[in-house]
Amino acid sequence: MLMGLFNDWVVIMLMMIGLYIVIAHGNLIKKIVGLTLFQTSVFIFYISIANVEGGTAPILADDITLYSNPLPHVLILTAIVVGIATTALALSLVVRIKEAYGTIEEEEIQRQDNQTPEVKKEGKQS
Amino acid sequence: MVVAIAIIKMKDLFAVVMLTGIYGLLSASFFVAMDAVDVAFTEASVGAGISTLLMLIVISMTGRREKTTRHKPFPALLIVAITGGLLIYGTLDMPYFGSVDAPSHSHIAARYINDSMQEVGVPNIVTSVLASYRAFDTFGEVIVIFTAGIGVLALLSVTHRPEDNDKFSTINDSMHEQHLVVRIVAKMLIPFILLFALYVQFHGDFGPGGGFQAGVIFAAAIILYAMLFGLNTARKVINQTFIQLIAATGVLIYASVGVASLLSGGNFFDYNVLSNDPIAGQHLGILIIEWGVGCTVCSVIIIIFFNFAGRREIQQNNGSKYDTNQDLQ
Repeated sequence: MLMGLFNDWVVIMLMMIGLYIVIAHGNLIKKIVGLTLFQTSVFIFYISIANVEGGTAPILADDITLYSNPLPHVLILTAIVVGIATTALALSLVVRIKEAYGTIEEEEIQRQDNQTPEVKKEGKQS
Repeated sequence: MVVAIAIIKMKDLFAVVMLTGIYGLLSASFFVAMDAVDVAFTEASVGAGISTLLMLIVISMTGRREKTTRHKPFPALLIVAITGGLLIYGTLDMPYFGSVDAPSHSHIAARYINDSMQEVGVPNIVTSVLASYRAFDTFGEVIVIFTAGIGVLALLSVTHRPEDNDKFSTINDSMHEQHLVVRIVAKMLIPFILLFALYVQFHGDFGPGGGFQAGVIFAAAIILYAMLFGLNTARKVINQTFIQLIAATGVLIYASVGVASLLSGGNFFDYNVLSNDPIAGQHLGILIIEWGVGCTVCSVIIIIFFNFAGRREIQQNNGSKYDTNQDLQ
């Protein structure tokens, strides 16, 4: 009976994997990959909400009466493209951090910050 | 799912990025299975294509090895387990998967499905909701994309140094001549990709597609060209200033439709007043704003790619200069 919730659990697993990567890994690119995973799990969640048993894609046709819910599709469609734009922004910050510090490992960045406290540099903490 | 776990294990960032691409493709096919064709279209081009490409460019600049992590994984694992457990407890109240009477289907979705044909006259409900009912929302998202493009431009934009460029084009040419087969095949494919993008753009009313997808596909074609024929050749085809102008024009087109409907006596983005016949007005409005969205998305992605790739060229150039200096010493 609880199999009806199976999709939600898969989404939660994916989301937690993403969260784990963000927390436990020091590499900034790995963190961004983790965030992307997290993001995609939310997409999957919305799309699975939109699904209707026996429904079809929300494009109107004469002999079809049951459609999937189009609203989550719209929200996620735009969210994906906005997601790539913001990911690109994050990646460009990583590039600048690499140029400023010579590394993209979070701990090394913090160590360099502690060594030179008089030089104000901002380390990015995702 | 399995792919996601593999992503944690991998230390080699190159493999991680490739797995992300596979993951994007898998989720796109999941979206098709869930009847969300428009979303699947977008995810396939963005998740499996553009984002993988951008990450590859970045790791080529920052190095592909990840240091062995010295964080203690147990606190992280504990937090993750607790959050996950609470979320699973929360799902016990959720409606079952695919049930018709779920709360999300009972409010406004019924109106979109039943009345959009009379009110908007566009068979693809996703397009009519995106561009007409929720046009204001979409406008905001377009502005977010535009702002992200500006942000990347501000962080990574490079000043042109012509003397370096000449040197580079020779290096690039010698490199690209090795891939003759790939170049010829791509040369044949690119016009079709561009044509397909335009088809997706204008056919969004009737089938899956629209400005967002078309913009991404169009940009993908140009990125393919830039990768195979060198950045400088691509820069000659597509002027940097011109493309920035296009990005701004896209937002402007979108906004001007809203202002036009205001001036004609309707609400902001109320397309009914754009023409004598409300349905024709809706069609016109949707067509124009999809065009605006397509312009902005396409040019922003091209801007992002050019800036990343240009940055990388500069870095490589500096690197090779240092190398030669060290050799001399």
